[in-house]
Amino acid sequence: MPPRIRIIAILICIFLVAYVFELVRRKHLSEEYSMGWLVTGTLMLILSISEDLLIWVSDLVGATLFTSTLFFSGLLFLMIICLHFSIRISALTNQVRKLTQNMAILDYEKKHLENVVERRSLEENVSSLEKT
Amino acid sequence: MLNKLLRQKLPSPTVPKKVILETSMAEELPAPAGPIPSLIGFPKTLIVIPAFNEAKNIAKVLEGIRRCAPELPVLVIDDGSSDATAEIAGEQGAKVISLPFNSGYGVALQTGFIFALKNGFTTVVQMDADGQHDPRYIIDMLQEIQTDNLDVVIGSRFLGNNKYKTSIFKHLGMYIFGKLASFFCGQTVSDPTSGFQVLKGKPIQFVASDYYPPDYPDADFIIMLHRCGFKIREVPVTMQASPNNKSMHRGHKTIYYVFKMFLSIIVTLLRQKPNT
Repeated sequence: MPPRIRIIAILICIFLVAYVFELVRRKHLSEEYSMGWLVTGTLMLILSISEDLLIWVSDLVGATLFTSTLFFSGLLFLMIICLHFSIRISALTNQVRKLTQNMAILDYEKKHLENVVERRSLEENVSSLEKT
Repeated sequence: MLNKLLRQKLPSPTVPKKVILETSMAEELPAPAGPIPSLIGFPKTLIVIPAFNEAKNIAKVLEGIRRCAPELPVLVIDDGSSDATAEIAGEQGAKVISLPFNSGYGVALQTGFIFALKNGFTTVVQMDADGQHDPRYIIDMLQEIQTDNLDVVIGSRFLGNNKYKTSIFKHLGMYIFGKLASFFCGQTVSDPTSGFQVLKGKPIQFVASDYYPPDYPDADFIIMLHRCGFKIREVPVTMQASPNNKSMHRGHKTIYYVFKMFLSIIVTLLRQKPNT
């Protein structure tokens, strides 16, 4: 692999890993969602540093160019991350739906009870005033 | 005097205000033929109406229901409307549950079923808020489900002598999904997209559960009900075309609807039969 592309790949991977760490440290990214990015960045970094490993992976997938192997690996990891996010979004959508429905029903019940209490208190006031 | 004050402060919700309608839908609803049948035989029955920005139509729909089935409680699920749908429905004496934002037809409908389940209703009539469904059929559908001990009765606009007019693409979609549902259910399903249905007993729990498809419950849902062993029957009803051509399957949503329905039917058949 040409040294220039290797240096660029290593720098990008180091930046990615460091940036994800910083986001987690600042609590802008939760540990749960940082895992996919950290694993991707670290594996890409290892592939960029270790030429033997890159050659082995290239032979394994049948890539003629080492840079293709890097792109292929990056794309694969991103696909896995996207799928993971889609699963999480589906779960979150279901949770939001249930929360919305329960909240709306509880809100209705709260208003209904408020009306009942108000009516009863007014009726009690009327009856007590009528007695006096 | 205090009694007068009390009445002013808390107006009885069952006394509806005069219905003021602005559209062509304002024409008088024909009175039910003959005396209104008693609904004593349908205890614990709730009418659920999901509504999104239906301020122009909801009063007319509720007025029709009150004339045809006056003893049945009505629950309107306001699906995050930006107009006065919830206020008008409340003034008309309906119970109103307001979702905080627009969540879609299926979610609104499911909310009604969850409410019905929580409050011990054993039969639920679901109908649309745009005036498509004629409330005169409510009693017929309830009688059908009671007398023949069915689980689900679907009002079909294509049975009998009905002449429902719609676009050719929508008709084609209904035809294809109807044929698919008929094939997998082993009985004729002429109107899989009908939102005019009556459900009794366990199907209510089923709709309130996670098995229910919350975006477009159509042919896939009917197939699911059939797989669970519920007894389903279609009855002929008259439906008006949606006023203002306001269908939920329009624009880019149509493509998603077709894709979703095919996928949902396939996975419904591949899934394990839900526990009922």
